[in-house]
This record gives sequence, structure tokens and C-alpha cells, in this order.
Amino acid sequence: MRMSRTVDIELTVNGESFAETVEPRLLLSDFLRETLGLTGTHVGCEHGICGACTVRVNGVSARSCLMFAVQADGATVETVESLGTVSSLHRIQEAFRKHHALQCGFCTPGFLMTVKDLLERHPLTTNADIRDGLSGNICRCTGYDHIVKAVRELANERDGVAS
Amino acid sequence: MPMNDAAFQPGPSTPVPLSEDDVLVSSRPKYVGKPVQRLEDPRLLTGAGRYVADMVINRMVHVAFLRSDQSHARILAIRTEAARAATGVIGVYTAADFSDIPPVVATSRMRNYHATSNPALAVDKVRYVGEPVAVVVAKSRYLAEDALALIEVDYEPLDAVIEPEAAAASTTALLHDQFGTNVIFERVFQTGEASQVLAAAPLSVKGRFRFHRKSPLFMENRSYLAEYDRGRDLLTLHSSTQIPGIVRDVLSSLLAMPGKVRVVAPDVGGGFGGKGSLYQEEIIVSALARKLGRPVKFVSDRMEDLASSSQGFDELVEAELGFDETGRFLALKADVLGDIGAYSIYPWTAALEPVQVVSFLPGAYKIPNYFGRVRGVATSKAPTGPYRGVGRPTSVFVLERLVDMAAHKLGMDPKDLRHRNLVGADEFPYRIGSGIIWERSGFVECLDRACEVIDYEALRQRQQAARKQGRWLGIGIATYAELTGIGSRISVAPGMPINTGNESATVRIDSTGAVTAIFGVASHGQSLETTLAQIVAEELGVRPQDVEIVHGDSAATAHGTGTYASRSAVIGGGAAILTTRALREKVKRVASHLLEASVEDIETGDGRIFVRGTDHQITFAELARAVYSDMQTLPLDKREKLEASESFDPYLGTTTTATHIALVEIDPETYGVKLQRFVVAEDCGRMINPLVVDGQVHGGVAQGIGAALLEELVFDGQGQLLTASLVDYMVPTAVEVPAIEVSHLESVLPNNPGGFRGMGEGGTIGAPAAVANAIADALAPLGIEIFELPATPERLFRLISAAGAIPGKAGAGFPSGIAQETNAMEE
Repeated sequence: MRMSRTVDIELTVNGESFAETVEPRLLLSDFLRETLGLTGTHVGCEHGICGACTVRVNGVSARSCLMFAVQADGATVETVESLGTVSSLHRIQEAFRKHHALQCGFCTPGFLMTVKDLLERHPLTTNADIRDGLSGNICRCTGYDHIVKAVRELANERDGVAS
Repeated sequence: MPMNDAAFQPGPSTPVPLSEDDVLVSSRPKYVGKPVQRLEDPRLLTGAGRYVADMVINRMVHVAFLRSDQSHARILAIRTEAARAATGVIGVYTAADFSDIPPVVATSRMRNYHATSNPALAVDKVRYVGEPVAVVVAKSRYLAEDALALIEVDYEPLDAVIEPEAAAASTTALLHDQFGTNVIFERVFQTGEASQVLAAAPLSVKGRFRFHRKSPLFMENRSYLAEYDRGRDLLTLHSSTQIPGIVRDVLSSLLAMPGKVRVVAPDVGGGFGGKGSLYQEEIIVSALARKLGRPVKFVSDRMEDLASSSQGFDELVEAELGFDETGRFLALKADVLGDIGAYSIYPWTAALEPVQVVSFLPGAYKIPNYFGRVRGVATSKAPTGPYRGVGRPTSVFVLERLVDMAAHKLGMDPKDLRHRNLVGADEFPYRIGSGIIWERSGFVECLDRACEVIDYEALRQRQQAARKQGRWLGIGIATYAELTGIGSRISVAPGMPINTGNESATVRIDSTGAVTAIFGVASHGQSLETTLAQIVAEELGVRPQDVEIVHGDSAATAHGTGTYASRSAVIGGGAAILTTRALREKVKRVASHLLEASVEDIETGDGRIFVRGTDHQITFAELARAVYSDMQTLPLDKREKLEASESFDPYLGTTTTATHIALVEIDPETYGVKLQRFVVAEDCGRMINPLVVDGQVHGGVAQGIGAALLEELVFDGQGQLLTASLVDYMVPTAVEVPAIEVSHLESVLPNNPGGFRGMGEGGTIGAPAAVANAIADALAPLGIEIFELPATPERLFRLISAAGAIPGKAGAGFPSGIAQETNAMEE
């Protein structure tokens, strides 16, 4: 039987506070996309494999298709819309553009959020480390090479190493 | 490594003659050939792209499809009352509710072709697991899915038709009773006397090859949103499609709404051929939008996309290659059985994939005698359709395996045997046994370049050393040729009902001086908003970012079929050049009047129009004002409409070639194949944007690696899809794909306006064969050949086990001879 009960949640998304009433079964990904209209977070598989829906919840990388919106009650959520804008790209976005690290763009928001997390938490000493770090996100267009190049440049920049 | 070998090599023969226009072009800023950053990127990077699933329209409702859970069954009854009464449900519909819509039939001019009747919702029978049977319309997708569970269907199971050979032989278990057979078509290609020559050939190799079924697996699941303007009786379908023009044409006919249908492909998240056919769901959401007078949205989930989107490849090939003691190829014979699934897909027909296997099988080699037979057999699985490479991944896998087997038999290096038989630079045009004519392209040059980049000789020495340590290290070469940018003389698919050989462009300068270029192609990751803008900008004399590209909208062009078959750069790009040149002539004529100079002295560049050798200049905005708005400056007869429209049909196709070389090592514990290096040397003619070319090659190779090692749609004996999630249908991640080293050659420019060769599919064509050859080469000391892809760890384990060469627990990596003895003692 369908649950008719709803739950009130409050959360911060990209710095903005929201108070919404949701069904307990509503996925966080659907909440972001449909309730808040933040369609930059994409849904590719709904079973946590492809990584297109990757966001950050309380500063930690998370699959928004594997969370219910109610689980984000009280949380701080960041989506791709928290990065740069069309006229002022975030440095990660610039690097992706420079290295042609996206084609159809569907997986890209998930990659960008994953890369933000990787750069904050991981040394990324070798390109194999970068590939390991990206292995939870599927891209079907690029063959990953240009993404690895973009992340290498970002990691070097972070570490003050010449590319 | 020369990852971006942007330095073009001048062609060794007949360069395209310079026209006066080329001389002028040379003094304008060049954009073609430059790694221009993509114009579509800022919106896609910031989450501001607009895919169908992102779109919201007032009063929009959602649908979910009830799909068959049987692969072959008669529908006895469908009970929808409970679903109709469920919360939020607006309606539940079955085929009976759409009886006014005729079934789709992909007709073919091929003789003895049985065109299947494809209903939008299953009528009387279901023919694959995942076939749409009923549809629920509800206020949300969640509620629609709730109601699906309340629909009851009574099925009478029929014999599943799974194995293609059994399906071809059966006269009782029939998918489409009216044909009396499951063999939908049969075709033969023949040159010379292959059978006799093979029988008399001094040497030959043969094999029975199996290339399993794949999913195109675009990241954006198929999504459709139809809106109906009841006041104007206009239907707009927003579709994640590669072929908006084709869908518009067929929907207009199916819904009997000529002139009233528009199909728009907004941002589309990949396609790879899988979004290149008409889908039942497109028909249903369109019909429902009209029926309900409300916007109707369908967004597929991953499981239904894996089950119901068109699938790829899936052939069984028996082939034999005969040659003499010097390694000269004498004859090739092949019998191809293509498992086409339940229906012949529109518009390509079921012949598209299997027939291309046979027609491309002789490859880039001189093989004087050829006999190829192909049959397409219907099975109770999802329909196959175009998937990147179409036919050629299988044909190249088969032929390149045979070439390596022949080299092994001759004791000759595989590279040398290819050299002996490839069509040489002075032998073009060359007609292969299936009738395809190769034009000049760098077959030999690509082989040489790839070997040079990977340092082939040194690698062979390294392999010798590794073999002494018992390591399974292998080198695999694949050389192929393909036809791209196919014109109207040759159908993309044999006998198909529509013309895909031309594209048109319209380029205009509006009253503000802004440039808009309109195309019938439909970019879904190919970067056409950038590459077409580069072409228009260079030809017109503006900057790429000043050119607005309109594409993917059936309302924007009278006719245009979309983006598929490596055609858009050649045909769309050709149309862009012809059209922009025509517009530039108008610009020069008007400007000559404004600047009081002769037309010959007018030049354009960087958004300016000027008199050569002077400082006299105007902007495009000033030109536009003079033409459109200012009634003083120009006399009436000089106010030319700043718009041009031309179409381009290359008539024939353009030959593209490449050589791929893979270096692999097989892990003796996991039987996983690790790609250590992957080199591509390719000839795509003049590159529009080297970054984009590299990206296309990388992506194609990654898909080819997936096809070779990981990807397989597995069906059980009842036709249930066992790989209906991304857990089970594995595509490569960043870990499985190595850095891909791409080297570009330009042997000679092909005969089309831009000198472009299509290259979007090539990566997927060469990679499976290169990987298969590398695996076979790694296992050559064990006498193992690779006849089946994907070469999963399980398959490799079985092969190695059957060869009696499973290393003992302690000894990952001891010589195979010892391994065989050890294993024999254990047995």
C-alpha cells in the first residue's frame, strides 16, 4: 500500500534554506530536481552505480538516488549549481572545458562533484589514483582520458606542481 | 606521445586545387583545425543544460509502461480496473485504445525481406521481455508506477525463441507466424569463386565467431515529453532522439497530422545509435498528449532502458580465409547469422547490422575472391538497431582474427602479413568483394604510424622476455576501413525506405548582425555546436562564438534526418561550407556598395568586413543595419536578403581508416585483462577540431574495450534479461580504460567541400579486434584462439582450463609448459 503520510524537512541547499513537506519515499535526487527545480543533478541509473546524481551532503560525496529526501533533513547539500556560473566557471569546470572532458554532458555534474571531493580529500599522486577516484562515475562518451587530464591539472595546481 | 598531433601532413598526391576563395580564406582567421573550446560546455558544466527530463510544463502528467515479463506469449486478457481506480491515476491504456494508430513497418527494397509489423503497444502477442503492453498516466511517476502493480495480464506462454541457429531452423516456434519462418532476410555477396579457390588454397584458417549482444548504454535514459496545443492542433514532441526529422515524418503519418507535428531534441545525453530509431514510447506519449490535451512525460529508468532500447551487434559468423605460402590472401568465405531480436526497427530495418557485417568483411585487404551470406533471424529478445560501429565491429573482429591466425600459421609477423595484403596507396579506388569501393585513404600509413608510435619491434622483444617469465602479455593489431558520410547513392541501410544522403543548412545574418546557422543534424555529444560554428565562422569571417547553431529541431528545416552513421561532419559540414560561401558572396556584394570598392577587394574576418589593404571597414551589425533597417544607405535593389540555404549530398561515401594496437596482460589469478597501452593511428582527413576528434576516438575505443572485455546482454533460456542493471551490465570505468594514444594522419583530402572524413564510430570498430588479437597473442603459447567476445574472465578461465594451463596456487606466472604438466598431474 502506498504511504500517504508526509514528513516536514528543513535543509540547506547551495546556501539557501528550504522547508518542504515530502513523502518519505521521495528520493533526494527527485527532491532536488522536481521539488526544488535544481535539474543540474542528473539521474542515470537510480541504483547507485553510474554516479550522475552525485552531490555533497554535509561536505561528503553522496549518491542522491540512494538517499531519501527525509534523510537530508537538517543537512547541508551542495549540487553542481553550487559551483560556477556560465559567465564565471568554477576552476574545476574550467579545467573540464579546457581538456574537453565532457561530450554529452549528462554524467558531468556527477563527475564535477566527485572531483571536488577528490581534490579536497585525496593526494592523487598518480594518474592511477585519479582513475581509482573516478571509478564510481560512469562516462560513456569521453573514454575518461580527458577527464583524467583535467583532474591531473587541478591536482597539480592544488599542490603547486607544474603541469 | 603525440596525443595531439595537430601538425597536418601534406597529402602525398593530388592536393585539392586552391580556388580563389581558398586564397581569401587563407588570409582570414582560421578556426577549422584549431582546438576551439566548446561552445556548449558552459551550460552543460553548470547544470544549465536542458535535457527532456528537466523540462516542466503546466498541467504535465507522467506515464509509466507496463512491460512484458514474458519473452514470447499470447495475451489472453489485460485487467486495468484496479489501476484505473488508484490514487492519482488519470488513465490506463492498452493497444485497444490506440487502434487508430497503424503499426510501424520498416519496409525494405531488399528481395525476400519480411517486414515485421511493430505495434506501439503489444497486440495479441508479446515478443520480448520489456515490450510495452499497457501504459498508466498519473499525476506523478511515483503514482504511475504504483498503479502498474495493479494491472493484471493473463499470458499463455509460447516457446521462447532464443538461440539464433535454432530460431533459424524452426518452423514451429515462430515470432511472426505469417512469415512461416524466423529468417527475416537473406542476402549473398559474391565476387570470383571463393569456394573453389578456398578448396585449392595452399593454406587456410577458419573459425566460428560469436560477438555477443550489447547495449548502447547512453547515460541519459530515453525520455520523451509531448505537448499538444489544442487551439492550433499542433503536437510538439521533445525527444531524446538522434533523428528528430525522421521521427517527425513518421509521427505525422502515424497520427495522421501532416504539417502539425514538430520534434525537438534538446540537450541529449548520448545516443551511440541507441537513440537513432523510432520508439513506441514516442508514439504513445504523442498520442496521449493529443488524447488528453495535456503535456505527457515519460522518463525511462535504467532497467527498462536496458530491456527495451535497441540493442547492438549479436552475430554468429563462420568464416574461412585462404592464402598462399607467401601470405597472399586468395579467398574469403563467410556465413553470418544475425540475431535481430523481435522486430525490424524503424527506419533502419533489421538488415542494417547483419548486412554490414558481410558487406564490410573483406576489410582493407586485397582478397580477390569473396563469398558472404547473411541471414537475419528473429528471436524473442528486444530488437537490435544501430549501435556505434554497426556491423563493422563484428566484421573487423572476425577478419582481423583470421589475419592473425594466418600469420601464426605462416610463422609471419602479423604486421608483415597485413602489409602484404592491405590495399596500397597506388591501388585506389579499390573495389572489395562485397562491392564497396575504397577511395584513397591511408591504410598502410596508419599501420606504419601505429607501429611506430607503440615501438612495435621493441614491444615484441619485451613480449619475448615476458613469455620467458611465463607472463601472458599480448600485442594485438586491428586495421580497418569504413564508409562514412554516406550519400544518397548508397543507403546507410540496404533497401531502407528513406534517404539519409543529404543535409541542408541555412545561414543568415539578422537585423542586429547576429549570425544563425540552422541544420537538420542533431548533436547529442558530438560537439556540433562548436565544430559547425568553426566552419561557418571561418567561411564567413566572424568568430565561432558569434555563430548561433540551431540543430535538432524538425521545425527549423524542411528536411533533415539527424546525427548518426558518422555523417554530420562530412554532410552537415559540407552543407555549412556551401551555404556560408553563398552567403559570403551576398555580404561581399552589399559591402562593395557600402565601401565603394570592387567585390574582389572585399574581405571579411573577425566580425569585420573590409577593403583589402585599407582601413576601410564596417562591422556585420553595420552591414545588417544598412540592409534591413536603414532606408537611406542602400538602393532598393542592393538590399540583398542576408540569408543562404544550400544542401549537400556527397552521393558516395567517404573512406575512413585506422589501425589500433592494444597491449594487454592477463592476470593469472583473476583472468582479468589489463590494457597496458592502446594506440590509434587514424586518417579522418582534415580535422575540424583536434580536441573533439581525440575525444571521439577515446570514447569509441572505450566502448570497443567494453565490447571486447565486459559488456554482454545475457538472456536465459526463457528470454529473461539477466543483465538488467549496471551491476550486471558492466561498462568500462576510468580504471579499465587506459590512456589512449591517438595519432592523426592526413593521407590525402577526400573529395568533399571540407576534406572531412567521418570518424565518430571508428574507435568502436577497431578496438574489439585489437583487444581480441592481443588476448590471443598473449595466450598463443597455450594454443588458444579467441573466437568469442566479450572475453570475460570466466570465458578466459574456461579456455585456459581446457588448454590444461591453469597455473597452480603458488605459481602465478610460471612457464606454460610446466603449467600444463602440473595440471595434467592434478587431473
